Amino acid sequence: MDLNRLEHTSEFCWQIPVEGPMNVPGVVFGDREQIMQMDDKVYEQLRNVTHLPGLVGAVYAMPDAHWGYGFPIGGVAAFDAEAGGVVSAGGVGFDISCGVRTLHTGLTATELGAVRSELADSLYADIPVGVGSEGLISLSDAEMDAMLCGGARWAVDQGYGDLEDLNRTEERGSIAGADPAEVSSRAKKRQRREMGTLGSGNHYLEVQRVAEVFDSVIATTYGLSIDDIVVSIHCGSRGLGHQIGTDYLREMVIAAADFGLVLPDRELACAPILSPLGQRYLGAMRAGMNCALANRQIITHLTRGVFGRLLPGARLEMLYDVSHNICKVETHVIDGVERELFVHRKGATRAFGPGNPDLEPDLREAGQPVLIGGSMGTGSYVLAGTTESETAALSSACHGAGRSMSRRQARRQFHGRQVTDELAERGIVIRSPSSRGVAEEAPPAYKDVDRVVDIADRAGLARKVARLEPVVCIKG
Amino acid sequence: MQSSNWNHFEHDADIGLRAAAPTREGLFEAMGEALTAVVTDPASVRLEQRIGIHCEAPDDALLLVDWLNALIYEMATRRMVFGKWRVALDGYQLDALVEGEVVNRTRHRPVVEVKGATYTALSVEQDASGNWNGQCVVDV
Repeated sequence: MDLNRLEHTSEFCWQIPVEGPMNVPGVVFGDREQIMQMDDKVYEQLRNVTHLPGLVGAVYAMPDAHWGYGFPIGGVAAFDAEAGGVVSAGGVGFDISCGVRTLHTGLTATELGAVRSELADSLYADIPVGVGSEGLISLSDAEMDAMLCGGARWAVDQGYGDLEDLNRTEERGSIAGADPAEVSSRAKKRQRREMGTLGSGNHYLEVQRVAEVFDSVIATTYGLSIDDIVVSIHCGSRGLGHQIGTDYLREMVIAAADFGLVLPDRELACAPILSPLGQRYLGAMRAGMNCALANRQIITHLTRGVFGRLLPGARLEMLYDVSHNICKVETHVIDGVERELFVHRKGATRAFGPGNPDLEPDLREAGQPVLIGGSMGTGSYVLAGTTESETAALSSACHGAGRSMSRRQARRQFHGRQVTDELAERGIVIRSPSSRGVAEEAPPAYKDVDRVVDIADRAGLARKVARLEPVVCIKG
Repeated sequence: MQSSNWNHFEHDADIGLRAAAPTREGLFEAMGEALTAVVTDPASVRLEQRIGIHCEAPDDALLLVDWLNALIYEMATRRMVFGKWRVALDGYQLDALVEGEVVNRTRHRPVVEVKGATYTALSVEQDASGNWNGQCVVDV
């Protein structure tokens, strides 16, 4: 990205000033080197988003921002419905409510050591992963609708987990306002055999070791100590979410002219929040969010089953579950006034700071856990939401490392077998159905997650709490 | 017409499909092949089942997205990969017969599932020499 097109407003904050059809400024977080390494497409896409109506504040790009479709990945934008604001299917993306759930195990690295390989094999055998895999749960039409309304709460009611899990899940496991009637039969059919599946691409289940603690007070509140073993699950709403995105993107692309919307990129397809189409999409998207929460809850149950067999002393309790592809109604203070906004985060994580009333009482002092996935060879992070993030970026932070290399480049440069062997030498056990998939997800294909998280911390978006190192990675 | 005149172009997070063909039908077929190649080697796919696909859209670009999304849907719900595409076009209506087989994880070693076709960097155009060129980024 060309620095000459940006105003340097603070150490880690760069602004695209309002000009022409822009309604608000664009804001990019990063240090000089990161910004220079960002694709020009991030600039272009961020700028395009600022053209949309009803925006409030600014449009933000997190330090892991990269070229997406419509919105940049790592993009945050908030709209006021009463000011003509829109909801954008492109701004949420296909993988509705993709997110990360992290579980404690109550084990230390030493206790895990001897069974690591066996654990990897069992997790790989029990958790459906990769192209063509199928879940063990098949839902009737009525069950599907109940799942789409209930989310993780529905899953717990079915016996997939404990009520306590919901207290550490965003929205207590169930998003209000879901409308299964607005989800197409094609989307439901696509989900029929995909409940409790991880998917492929950058989705994974990792067993991780707490390698470093940066903030011991918050780490204690979160229940994290050096050498603890945790499990992180990264996946989303599977085929149902993908089809909801497909269905509504098309409808919004075609309807844009009727709404008088001039879109600089068709992928920014959107509809006024208060229009019937906007309302239908919100109902369907919230159903997709519940599907993602139910999916991660079922995978949690399957994971507990594996640990229960191999490590009976393990207790897999929730640290937190938070999504990073969403549009949610949130209250934010803008110029001293509380406003209800429709916040789109596409590849960005909600990061509520201390005192936020939406947090469970036991998290209110520390702030919300922000779960950041790295690549399978590098670290992941647990961060905590900050007070400063509210004014900096509507309480948002990064969501991962972000790719530095296309899949095609990675495929040309790495071989899956070689990547797996190299990681094994470092004590990281990989299980995946696809060698080419492993090559495409090779650690050097991602940006340096340490650096991304460091900037998020120093920019005040979220505070570093702990770094997690992979021990076992089940990869689609 | 079957064509291998396609390639994948760079996109940070996802995969771009690009193809060229002497006819519009050939372009759509080549884009179908480019889509399969995201998942597995098209040459590895046995032609054991045939299914019909129908799409219609307001313009060529949207028709291309609809075509790719129809293939993605059939791949997802039938757990199939395709190795042959025969497309007939009538204006902006597409009728196709596609052939393939149920995914065999040992033989196909499928890399990644495709979530959907996007409208980013999307185009379908006829160049001065009469060839048809198209491209689309798919989310994986």
